[in-house]
Amino acid sequence: MLSFTLRRLASAVGTLFLSSVLVFLAVQALPGDVATQILGKDATPDAVAALRQQLGLDRPAWERYVDWIKGALHGDFGTSLVSGKGVGGEVAQYLGNSALIAFVTVLFAVTGSLVLGVLAGLYRDRWPDHLISTVSLVGMSVPEFVVATVLVLCFSVALPWFPAVVLYGPEAGVGQLLPAVWLPALALAVVMAAYIVRMARTSVIDVMAGEFVTTARLKGLSTWRIVTRHALPSALLPTLHVIALNVAWLAGGVAVVENVFNYPGIGKLMLSSVQNRDLPVIQAIALVSAVIYVVCNLAADLGAMALNPRLRTRGRTR
Amino acid sequence: MTALDTTPATTAATPAGPHAVTRAWRALRSSRTALVGLAVVAVHILVALLAPLLTSYDPIAGDASQALLGPSPQHWAGTDQYGRDVLARVLYGGRYALGVSVAATLVTVALGTVVGCAAALRGGWFDDLLGRVLDAILSVPSILALLVVVTALGTGPAVIVLAIAVVYVPQVVRVVRGAALAVVPMDYVTAARARGESTWAILRREVLPNITDVVCVEFAMRASWVVLLISSLSFLGFGADPPTPDWGLMVAENRTAITVVPMASLAPIIALATLVVGLNLAADGLAKAWGVDRIREGS
Repeated sequence: MLSFTLRRLASAVGTLFLSSVLVFLAVQALPGDVATQILGKDATPDAVAALRQQLGLDRPAWERYVDWIKGALHGDFGTSLVSGKGVGGEVAQYLGNSALIAFVTVLFAVTGSLVLGVLAGLYRDRWPDHLISTVSLVGMSVPEFVVATVLVLCFSVALPWFPAVVLYGPEAGVGQLLPAVWLPALALAVVMAAYIVRMARTSVIDVMAGEFVTTARLKGLSTWRIVTRHALPSALLPTLHVIALNVAWLAGGVAVVENVFNYPGIGKLMLSSVQNRDLPVIQAIALVSAVIYVVCNLAADLGAMALNPRLRTRGRTR
Repeated sequence: MTALDTTPATTAATPAGPHAVTRAWRALRSSRTALVGLAVVAVHILVALLAPLLTSYDPIAGDASQALLGPSPQHWAGTDQYGRDVLARVLYGGRYALGVSVAATLVTVALGTVVGCAAALRGGWFDDLLGRVLDAILSVPSILALLVVVTALGTGPAVIVLAIAVVYVPQVVRVVRGAALAVVPMDYVTAARARGESTWAILRREVLPNITDVVCVEFAMRASWVVLLISSLSFLGFGADPPTPDWGLMVAENRTAITVVPMASLAPIIALATLVVGLNLAADGLAKAWGVDRIREGS
């Protein structure tokens, strides 16, 4: 088990290293360099060359990569070209605001979709299943901005319960942002839940057809006990991975919804930094998202291992 | 030799048949879900092609005196803030959505299939390295990767096709590689290798015919995601350039006036949703008919 954990950790670090190289290369490929951008288009070539030297842009790419990674490991991602503030602090601030949305989204999506998915699986091919399956099919067929727009129409315009846009900046406190969190979170949860519902339904159906469930039935156990004690633990295992992937997806998925609501989160920062070609910020966001993705996958794999005895021993026998 | 080439397919769910097309048609006929889905998509394609016959309004030229009207006999879905007929824009909007999506999905699935099969056939260090690189690409949020490609190369349909390929090829490769790995240990592949056939020939004649079901389901499923992604891109202002009629762009433009003319936002939403529901139904139906585990592969 320990060797499996260690190998999994090593592969996660390897993936992260490759992602950081890719991110660095991709951002380097963006047109326009930092010096020209700071000085503007009419700057003299001499001034640009001087600034390039000052910023260290004339050094080979691998040296700059090593510097960037060294800084990033210490939380120093350079300075934003737009705000002039430290990128690390700025990204952390926006990320914190997004974490608020993400937390509520995951709470809604995971609990709601597990209940619905298990229900659909247990009532397979009867009306609750048809209803839930149809709704989740529609849920995965509409983009986030559509769900968000419809929610605004219902709960901001028709019933003025929640604000349609956020009027605060990134430095707003939790108390100020809290009323604005619910609609974006709900929009994201609808899209996210659709996938988890389908996965939960399939695995419940698989498990309920298993021999151990038949045995439990023949033993005369009540349906409730069969479902909660025997079926659910094994049914939730494959769902875990889908949940982890969806949580990782949130890192980028918030972009559209945050823009609809003008919510000062990481998605909004991502879009504005792409529009302004704020390269250090883009790099930092990409790296942070990669970390989130890798950590979520790692957590899912280790969680699956902890829950499934068969996976635990596989590492030993090999 | 021919006897080896037509060895029965790998799973019981895929009946052996010489022609992938006949097989696909048989699966289709047996699945009502797939038929309904494909019918919806077909209607969308027809509407997009016949748009000029279905409306007499120009989707781009506006009449300022007719701005922000509700639905009426003249304008069935009303007009937007520039006085353009919403219905005409929705009808023509399918052209951009379908054209770019089909091109992007074709490129993505074709590339992903070739690379995925090659990884499964070659194995070894090539497979390992590829797996690592794909994982690294997947770790960057797709919307950010898309935005970076579009900013680097400029807007335009060709760039968007390329950007979608960058984002989605890794996922297709994974799915196809998984399916191809089940075919590679088969005796007929070993036989073809023993005959000294090239990797490309084995890929085309032994592996591909046996994974057509997975590739078709992948195509339908991927298409639905591509449509969603392209519309999101347009909504954010990085996709279709205004005044192009495009559904995502229309929602972005008309959202501000949603309390005045809700139909101007609802019409493109309905068009977009029905197209994606159709694609999803087709993918679901095909997956069920062929016994491909769509949900697990999509995850």
